[in-house]
Amino acid sequence: MSCDEKVDCGRRRLLVATSVAGGVAGIAAAIPFVSTFAPSERAKSAGAPVEVDIGKLAPGEMMTVEWRGKPVWIIHRTQEMIERLSQLGDKLSDPNSERNMQPDYAKNAHRSIKPEYLVAVGICTHLGCSPSEKFRTGAESGIDADWPGGFLCPCHGSTFDLAGRVYKSKPAPDNLEIPPHYFLSDARILIGEDKKGA
Amino acid sequence: MAAATEKYKSDGTTAGNLLEWLDARFPLMSLWRDHLAGYYAPKNFNFWYFFGSLAMLVMVLQIVTGVFLVMHYKPDASLNAAGVPVAFASVEYIMRDVPWGWLIRYMHSTGASAFFIVVYLHMFRGLLYGSYRKPRELIWLVGVVIFLVLMGTAFMGYLLPWGQMSYWGAQVILNLVTVIPGIGQDLGVWLRGDYVVGDATLSRLFSLHYLLPVLIVPALVMVHLIALHEVGSNNPDGIEIKKHKDANGIPLDGIPFHPYYTVKDIVGVVVFFMVFSVVLFFMPEAGGYFLEANNFFPADPMVTPPHIAPVWYFGPFYSILRANTVNFFWIDAKLWGVIFMGLGVLVFFFLPWLDKSPVKSIRYRGPLYKGALAIFVVSFFVLGYLGMLAPTPGRTLVAQVCTILYFAFFLLMPIYTALDKCKPEPERVTG
Amino acid sequence: MKKFLLACLCFPLLAFASGAELHLDRAPARDRDYAALQNGAKVFVNYCLNCHGASYMRYNRLRDIGLSEAQIRDNLLFTAEKVGEPMAIAMRRADGKQWFGAAPPDLSVIARARASEFGSGADWLYTYLRGFYRDDSRPTGWNNTVFANVGMPHVLWELQGEQTMGADHHLTLTKPGLLQPAEYDAMVADLVGFLVYISEPIANFRKELGVVVLIGLTILFVFAYALKREYWRDVH
Repeated sequence: MSCDEKVDCGRRRLLVATSVAGGVAGIAAAIPFVSTFAPSERAKSAGAPVEVDIGKLAPGEMMTVEWRGKPVWIIHRTQEMIERLSQLGDKLSDPNSERNMQPDYAKNAHRSIKPEYLVAVGICTHLGCSPSEKFRTGAESGIDADWPGGFLCPCHGSTFDLAGRVYKSKPAPDNLEIPPHYFLSDARILIGEDKKGA
Repeated sequence: MAAATEKYKSDGTTAGNLLEWLDARFPLMSLWRDHLAGYYAPKNFNFWYFFGSLAMLVMVLQIVTGVFLVMHYKPDASLNAAGVPVAFASVEYIMRDVPWGWLIRYMHSTGASAFFIVVYLHMFRGLLYGSYRKPRELIWLVGVVIFLVLMGTAFMGYLLPWGQMSYWGAQVILNLVTVIPGIGQDLGVWLRGDYVVGDATLSRLFSLHYLLPVLIVPALVMVHLIALHEVGSNNPDGIEIKKHKDANGIPLDGIPFHPYYTVKDIVGVVVFFMVFSVVLFFMPEAGGYFLEANNFFPADPMVTPPHIAPVWYFGPFYSILRANTVNFFWIDAKLWGVIFMGLGVLVFFFLPWLDKSPVKSIRYRGPLYKGALAIFVVSFFVLGYLGMLAPTPGRTLVAQVCTILYFAFFLLMPIYTALDKCKPEPERVTG
Repeated sequence: MKKFLLACLCFPLLAFASGAELHLDRAPARDRDYAALQNGAKVFVNYCLNCHGASYMRYNRLRDIGLSEAQIRDNLLFTAEKVGEPMAIAMRRADGKQWFGAAPPDLSVIARARASEFGSGADWLYTYLRGFYRDDSRPTGWNNTVFANVGMPHVLWELQGEQTMGADHHLTLTKPGLLQPAEYDAMVADLVGFLVYISEPIANFRKELGVVVLIGLTILFVFAYALKREYWRDVH
């Protein structure tokens, strides 16, 4: 910027300085407006973590709780169910949970903290329907003779295993989401938060 | 004048090329020229000339804060699980649960009162300097229409928090239409959408409170400004600067609006925000005048508050309404009250034709006009003050006297402005 | 003539004759006294929150006055399961109206609602809570100096004792309560301070931000004014 008779440098400096001051004021004024879009205390309260008592959940059974308006399944898997998980490898799209659908502590073969308990969001990763429980194995399930137990989404036919992993060649692209959660005790799980200091 | 039809030619930079492309398709440069850099305004604008641009600022402020409030407000008069009307609860939701909601709410409530302060001062400037005189009558008429729409908007907005004052103020004012002979009662029901003010009323006034300031007022303001720019601005001396132009046709006493008045109005805006912030951050209720205490009680159709008062800016007109206590001829006092209250605003329309003075500005008028204006201002303030109090025989008498003085300012104007001993106007502005 | 004009100027003063008077005591300030406000919170949830809700006030907002979520959960969480929930009550409005003649109002913004030309909402509440006196003509057995024929009984009577209204319109403490009058007044001041706080929890932050905003605007004013003067040097 050359300072000659054509440009009044003093005036330009003052103009720039005032514009900067005004810009800062403008941004400061805009922040509250933009912030009003963020979840309100009411939304945060409704979306607060949910404590679940799993003391009465027998092996082989599933319970459903609501968290942030979504169904969350807690499945007490039997030893047999856990063993069957490792046999499915080539039928699944993402057997090793490479894609980001779970917290780090659920990035394992059983997709959970403890192998006996699966905590998963019961919403199909295709278009959002809630899959139906199909724990019965084999031909009884109505799916096929090899069916090891899992879930079938009625909307477009996606299937998931008992770790919430999606089968190949199905409309759903991803494994079921594992929400943040941790064990408050052996019989109580808190869904919605990671364990602090973990 | 040769520059008037030339289109912008790029100076080679990207910005320049973009401007050339735009200007070939949109009158960008001619608008800039006619209304900003090439609009010559008198160089002697004083303090009273800030309020036009401030009014526009407050208008934008109200629209922006209003739009953000609507994202969280619920116009529903039914009771929630806690037994509180949903609309009232939604305002407290905004105040407590929405991040920064309290600031948006206070901006809107302070802004409403600020709007009227600014607009009253803007109108007063007109009275001081004869801004309504020929050839600016249309600007004035559009302005009075804006004022009326503004009053309607404010009235409707006040119902939305659904407090006791909201509800009963609306009930009283909407009941005024029932004085119209014959159709009055039916008209009242039609307006309210119900037999009393209720959820139906709330919903429709919410819709109109959104429509009026977002569509109607900005459109009227544009007409107001276009009419102004067509004839050029008045000034504190009340003389026409277009009478003396230089060789290029530019008024000798004129300066381009941009940059001089843009930069001056920015100072006005900052000072306005300083005063606005003092109120907003330290006394948003303003002693119960901007946010009335009684409005922190949810609306209760079964309990009438002991004292219903409109918001302060309607005070003068409410006073005029209540001052009418005598049944004249075959029209009862209640109807006279409505008529005179309406006339209290409508009389402003006639101002350009009531003023018979040879001069425009108060600087050159005689003592009769100055005295009349002083009496008018005092009456306006007294009426405003009385409007907020419960009536007593003494107060009613004062209101009646002030109402007469208020109207006398206008109705006697053809006489006293013609008789007034005016001073000679200068040829050039005096600053 | 001058006298007449002067008299005319005084004419508007007629308007200043006022209506019914209400004398209110000044509520002691409890603004940033967190200990007092916490005491007020305790009194509120123990004595008031049975009949009166404060449905816009979330329990976890009490972090503002120096309490942790654990403290709130352990000591104050009477009418909800989670600290994020509002201080609402179970009583339905219709029931309240039937039992008391008028449904006990929600107290979230009562300190703002009771402001008047006679004093602040805090002053009204402070006078009200200390102004109950025995009145056997009322169904509850109590009446009140600022709220005639109120439907609310004197919930705090055990702490204050019993007052009676004399012929001179003055109250005397005829039966002492568990607290000395000064102690009772201080407790009421704490409770009123708490009610003032819940009526606008953001109040303190609002004022602090106001100072910052005004400083910022002053800086902006200096720049804007300097710029205006700079440009207007050209104009004569």
